[in-house]
Amino acid sequence: MLDVTRLSVAYGQSEVLHSLSFATDKAEIVAVMGRNGMGKTTMMKSLMGILPSRSGSIRLEGTELGGLESHERVAHGLAFVPQGRMIFPTLTVEENIRTGMVVRKKSRIPDEIFALFPVLYDMRHRRGGNLSGGQQQQLAIARALVADPKVLLLDEPTEGIQPSIIKDMARVLKEIRSMMSLTIVVSEQVLSFAMDVADRFLVMENGEFVYEDVAENVDETKIAGFLSV
Amino acid sequence: MFDGYTASQLMSIFAMQGFAGLILFSVFLLMALGLAIIFGQMGVINMAHGEFMILGAYVTFLTSNFFQSNLPHFFGGYFFFAMAFAFLAAGALGYALEWVLIRHLYRRPLDTLLATWGVSMILQQVYRSVFGAREVGVVLPDWLMGSYQVTDMIDVPINGMFVMALTATITAAVFALMFRSTWGLQVRAVTQNRVMAGAAGINGKRVDRLTFALGCGIAGVAGSAFTMVGSTGPTAGQLYIVDTFLVVVFGGAQSLFGTIASAFAISQSQSTMEFFLSGSMAKVLTLLTVVGILLLRPQGLFVVKVRK
Repeated sequence: MLDVTRLSVAYGQSEVLHSLSFATDKAEIVAVMGRNGMGKTTMMKSLMGILPSRSGSIRLEGTELGGLESHERVAHGLAFVPQGRMIFPTLTVEENIRTGMVVRKKSRIPDEIFALFPVLYDMRHRRGGNLSGGQQQQLAIARALVADPKVLLLDEPTEGIQPSIIKDMARVLKEIRSMMSLTIVVSEQVLSFAMDVADRFLVMENGEFVYEDVAENVDETKIAGFLSV
Repeated sequence: MFDGYTASQLMSIFAMQGFAGLILFSVFLLMALGLAIIFGQMGVINMAHGEFMILGAYVTFLTSNFFQSNLPHFFGGYFFFAMAFAFLAAGALGYALEWVLIRHLYRRPLDTLLATWGVSMILQQVYRSVFGAREVGVVLPDWLMGSYQVTDMIDVPINGMFVMALTATITAAVFALMFRSTWGLQVRAVTQNRVMAGAAGINGKRVDRLTFALGCGIAGVAGSAFTMVGSTGPTAGQLYIVDTFLVVVFGGAQSLFGTIASAFAISQSQSTMEFFLSGSMAKVLTLLTVVGILLLRPQGLFVVKVRK
């Protein structure tokens, strides 16, 4: 599915991601763990084409995405839920969802979206900016899903969201994965949430992967060690 | 300043100046709509906007001449063709300008300001070379001439009513485009967060080009309307650009309702005061009021309130 090889990203002269490589399978959920400032968001942004990469390749089902603009990557099947949600505050909930459909030229919001997130249906005429954090997160996921992605990138989805909703979100993500056989790459600091959803773990430290294992064999205390300050 | 007028005279003065103000309002609004959507979408202040309007006015002039000499039977209807041509010509020039110049200067607001100012001077000189420095007048078809007498003291010119109807139609069309079409949705998304709009799958650059072309096209139509109320010269656009900026800033960028309200307020106050005071005094008072209000409300008249 998504094959990243020797990806390096730099801000000016200082390289922050050093030759990252990883690959995902179809319908796999991969968690990228790591403390603040270790490069998780930088990786997400460079995968999405928001930050340019210095070298390396990003392939999705064999198609090279490196060098393409963000919207072209979306057209090839990548979708993004950024840190802080970044919904469009003055657009209504329905309009926010529609922005994700532009690339597919669809005119009707699929019923599954509102089935997954009933609260969005109830609030479809409200402005996105007036939703709570958890609702905005659902909206951002809905906006990404209507673009029919093959790979969904989620950057710290639990940030600023109450614990009861975090549980809910883990369930929804797994539901989406099996429903759409979608590959999900999620960056995260909350270990319990990651243990809930992920099939495989990558731990990032200072722009490099320092630990990798599948969920069955994962050593929870070891990852917790990487996450503690 | 109201000394020496009877109450009924004052009523008529206010009514007629109010109507003159409405025509001014129409031209301001058509200009400001284009300027506001371009500024909102791309953060580009188009200093050449007035020249796009004048391009529309010259196109109207050419169309009227062509109909007069070649198709005199259809002269009555030339204006509708002129508007379409003005829209297409100004829109096409805008599209080309965006592609050649503006897109290389994004995120450099001062440079776009200078560059578009340069474009405005180039265009002025082109108009001067092609059409001459003297102002040209456009012959109106018969049905647009004359006025409609409401009372024996109040006359409203027919071309003024036509300009207003035209403005209302175009404003409604712009609203429909912005709030009902997929293009409008993309514009509003890019306006709020360009990076995220891209990551949601919207091609921001394409939207930019179309928006710039549309904004310039509307200015072209404003130019068509302008030929009925003013005379067309190479530098006539300059007279309107400052007022139009005032309208956009006063209304609150990003709010089309604000643009309408502020165009109305500014044109009405100018037109009414011009009758009693000198033109420059009216301008000074209008500016002072606007500056005063902007000191209290820096974000302009209208803002959309949402949680951050």
